[in-house]
Amino acid sequence: MIDSKKIIAIIDAAAKKIESEKDFLTQLDNEIGDGDHGINLARGFKSVEEKLATFADKDIGAILKSVGTALVSTVGGASGPLYGTAFMKAGNVCKGKFTLTDEEFAEAFNAAVEGVKMRGKSAEGEKTMLDALCPAYRAFKGGVDGGKTLIPALEDSVNAAMQGVEYTKTIIATKGRAAYLQERSLGHQDPGATSSLYILQAALDVLKKG
Amino acid sequence: MVGIVIVSHSQKLAEGVMEVAQMTAANVPIAAAGGLENGELGTSYDKIKNAVESIYTDDGVIVLADIGSAVMTTEMVLEDIELDNVKLVDCPLVEGAVVAAVDSVGGRTLNEIINKLENEM
Repeated sequence: MIDSKKIIAIIDAAAKKIESEKDFLTQLDNEIGDGDHGINLARGFKSVEEKLATFADKDIGAILKSVGTALVSTVGGASGPLYGTAFMKAGNVCKGKFTLTDEEFAEAFNAAVEGVKMRGKSAEGEKTMLDALCPAYRAFKGGVDGGKTLIPALEDSVNAAMQGVEYTKTIIATKGRAAYLQERSLGHQDPGATSSLYILQAALDVLKKG
Repeated sequence: MVGIVIVSHSQKLAEGVMEVAQMTAANVPIAAAGGLENGELGTSYDKIKNAVESIYTDDGVIVLADIGSAVMTTEMVLEDIELDNVKLVDCPLVEGAVVAAVDSVGGRTLNEIINKLENEM
C-alpha cells in the first residue's frame, strides 16, 4: 500500500537523486546526444521540489499530474514531454485516490510506460528510456501477479531496469538524438534509460525505509 | 489569414525563420517560440502556448517545429489548448514557413495550406 505521503517522499528522493547524478547524466548525453539531459532534468525536478509543499493534502492523481505539468513546463528537452506525459498518464489512473494497492500501483506504472511510448512514438530496443522502463514494468507486474509484496516486486523491477540500462550499451540508437550517430552509439549507455533507473531506485529506497 | 508559429530549440533560429517568412509575406500573422524563457536552448511549453494564442483567429494556426522536444512539446500544447484549428505540420521548417506565409497572405485556407505542406514539399 502506498499513500500520498509516500508518493511525495518518492518524488522528493527522485529529485535529489537526479540532482546528485546530473553531471553523470549530462556526460552520458555528451557522448551520444546533445549533452543536456542531466541539466534539463535537474532543472525540471527542482521546479517539482519547489511545489512539493503544496502537495501535502492532495490525492495521488493530482500530485502526479502536477509533477508532470511542472516537468513539461521546465525541462526544455525531450525528457520534459516524455516524463511529463508519464507522470500525467499515471496521474489519470490515480485520480481521487489517496492510497494505492500494489495492483493499482502496477496500473499507474503501466499507464506511465504507455504514455512514454505514445509521446515518443517509440518502442523497446531503440536505445531509449523504454529499454529500462518496459522490462521494469514487466518485472513489477509479474511479481505482483505472482503474489510478491510491494518491496520485493519493486526490487525485481529495479534489477530489470539495471539490466535494461546495460542492454542499451549493446544496441544502436534508432530514436532520439543518438540515432544520428548510428553505429557510433554502440557501447554507450542511454542517458534516458539511466535516469529512468534512478527514479525507480529512488522509489525503492523510500519504500524500504518504510 | 492563417497564422504561423515557428517552434525551435533556438530563439535565434525561430526568429530567423520568422524573418525569412516575413521577407516574402510582410503582413503574415506569425510568431516565434524559440528557446527557453531565459533564452537558453530548449523548448518551452508556455512560449509555444503563448505564441499560438497571440496570433490565433478562426482562420486557424499552423505550427512548424524543428526536432525532438519541439515536436513533442507542441503536441502536448495542442492537446491541452482550448482552440480549434491549430495544427502541427511535418515539413521542412524554412521552406514550409515561406510557403505557408505566402499562401496565408494569398488567402488560402488552413486545410489548403496543410495539404500543400504535407504533400508537395
